[in-house]
Amino acid sequence: MSPDFPVRCHVVTGKGGTGKTTVAAALALALAAGGHTVLLVECEGRQGIAQLFDTPPLPYEERRVAVTRGGGEVRALAIDVEEALLEYLEMFYNLRRAGRALRKMGAVDFATTIAPGLRDVLITGKIKEAVTRREDGRRVYDAVVVDAPPTGRITRFLNVTSEMAGLARSGPIKTQSDGVMAVLRSPQTAVHLVTLLEDMPVQETADAIAELTEAGLPVGSVIVNMATEPALPAEDLVRAAAGRLTGADLAPGLTAAGLPEDTDLAEALAAEVVEHAQRWAAQDALRARVESLGRPTVELPLLPGPMDLGCLFELAGRLEEHLGAEVAA
Amino acid sequence: MTAAASGDAHRPARAAGTPRYAPPVDLAELIADPDTRIVVCCGSGGVGKTTTSAALALAAAEAGRRVVVLTIDPARRLAQSLGLGELDNEPRRVDVPGVDGELHAMMLDMKRTFDDIVVAHSTPERAEVILANPFYQTLSSSFAGTQEYMAMEKLGQLRAADTWDLIVVDTPPSRSALDFLDAPNRMSRFLDGTMIRLLTAPARAGGRAGFKFASAGLLFFSRIISKVLGGQLLRDISAFVSALDTMFGGFRERATATYELLRRPGTWFVVVATPEPDALREASYFVDRLSAEGMPLAGLVLNRTHPPASTRLSATRAEVAAESVDDGDGAPAALVAGALRVHAERMTLAMREQRLADRFTSAHPEVGIRAVPAAAGDVHDLEGLRVMAEALTGPDDDTPTGVPRTRVLPARRG
Repeated sequence: MSPDFPVRCHVVTGKGGTGKTTVAAALALALAAGGHTVLLVECEGRQGIAQLFDTPPLPYEERRVAVTRGGGEVRALAIDVEEALLEYLEMFYNLRRAGRALRKMGAVDFATTIAPGLRDVLITGKIKEAVTRREDGRRVYDAVVVDAPPTGRITRFLNVTSEMAGLARSGPIKTQSDGVMAVLRSPQTAVHLVTLLEDMPVQETADAIAELTEAGLPVGSVIVNMATEPALPAEDLVRAAAGRLTGADLAPGLTAAGLPEDTDLAEALAAEVVEHAQRWAAQDALRARVESLGRPTVELPLLPGPMDLGCLFELAGRLEEHLGAEVAA
Repeated sequence: MTAAASGDAHRPARAAGTPRYAPPVDLAELIADPDTRIVVCCGSGGVGKTTTSAALALAAAEAGRRVVVLTIDPARRLAQSLGLGELDNEPRRVDVPGVDGELHAMMLDMKRTFDDIVVAHSTPERAEVILANPFYQTLSSSFAGTQEYMAMEKLGQLRAADTWDLIVVDTPPSRSALDFLDAPNRMSRFLDGTMIRLLTAPARAGGRAGFKFASAGLLFFSRIISKVLGGQLLRDISAFVSALDTMFGGFRERATATYELLRRPGTWFVVVATPEPDALREASYFVDRLSAEGMPLAGLVLNRTHPPASTRLSATRAEVAAESVDDGDGAPAALVAGALRVHAERMTLAMREQRLADRFTSAHPEVGIRAVPAAAGDVHDLEGLRVMAEALTGPDDDTPTGVPRTRVLPARRG
């Protein structure tokens, strides 16, 4: 285990559309920098990780998707619930063939449909296994990053014991979920929340922090994704946000810049600036709300153009600084 | 809708390679038409289905109709402004000053809707057993698809009540827009599945020929389940399945009936998407699916676009001008350069959005588009809904720049 990362299991959640898969991938790259081995786990069968790293769809198998400086690497795993169940049956009961028969009968589908909590136990069980896996007495992974279900479902997903409590009050599944909970509630786990500076994602982040805390699950950082910079000097921004900017304020400057005299255009530009400033003011108000959540916060910039590996490394750089600051604090 | 379809028919045939233009969508006519009884707003998660539904319902009430909007998971502030309490599974009238019609709104309570079905379809004793079963509790609150299924069920109930002349339905937030249409089938498939049959076989077959095989399968299944999950779990499953058994017929029937409701004349689908590749891809799948199912599509609402306030200055020219301002100094220069950069960014964004819309249109030339500009903040009150309703239902060419509301940027000439 590497001493510089006390947290080894990073769970990344966020409202749909906030870019949690991207953030999870960037975080995995950040943690791998400097020679660490990191596992990036996908649990909802979307193959988003494969798309980001531009690789063929991931099988239920740990595959290297990126190398980082200093000999680090990121491996990725897309958890398949059926496969995880078969693995579980084999590992604990030596029942692989029976498991296959059950699958043929539709039992696996049935069981995970009727008790969605069972699905979560299997997925989190696999995550726990990766976090605690050792080979020759050494940890296989310095860190595990999970691209987890969205904020609306995250507490239920991680809080497997209580989810299963109504269903399995004793027996092996209960033992299994207790073991998973022990890891997820320990200080080696952190649940990070990805948000945008928009009303609903910030609200959901606040709700999720409250729920996670209530459930005794450790909350990590809040990651503000796709943050933008204002294009105007601060005092102009305030004036424009208040709507006190007109075409007349811009017209002379526009003519000086070599544009033909056009009062309509000046008015249109002023209207766009006012909207830009109002949008920015709304974001800034939300920024204050994010700060009031009292969690370590990092902002990732909105990058122009499509997301590719280069962009991921750029975001990873920002996260690395943040992690460094976190450890130093 | 008809306007869109005939509009396309009147269009002269184009040579391959020339751009096609999306026909307009007349949502004002659609919601005012007394023959329109149900409008379903679909789309992938996070595209603004709830606000679109609420804004359409408001516009319909303003057009004098008695309308109910069924929302699934509204943002808290929007719910508050519509007077939606969380403990309510029935429509409530929303007080809208100066409106001819009536606006009613409700928020779906998935578990309660499910409970009501159980109660309606079994004896009181049996219902009690089912409602108390831990499996029922997880199934009714977290089965992937329960929400979609219950939304359909509620829609069926609202339609059957015949109290409203228009029902606007928001669909559950899911990754795929298709989930809504697939839910009844998925539920039926689940109920018809091998496992359910195995588990209920002893009770059903009662010693007839199938019994032997079924019980052998069941024994095998029980052995493993008790080993892996524990015996108590299996007893709960069996109790649950056999209690539900009598209701299966009812479930399936209702699912089929509601699905049919969606194909009846008077039902229209509005597909909502943001100008993003993922959302438009989902919209595209959904449009194909609707056409395969013979379900009528009113058009695409392209939500949260960023049309510039003027299209007379291109992004490139704005950038160049911004640079030449930067050479000058002083605060006004920074303001003017900033304004030019804001405009350049806006033009670039609008171009990207228009390109994505064009791509959608080239795949679905018959589908009308209505672009709805992004509000500067969240839409969370009646005033915000009014602005959005105007953008949804206003005349097609009535924009500040004269760009028709089928587009983000003007069509290129020549």
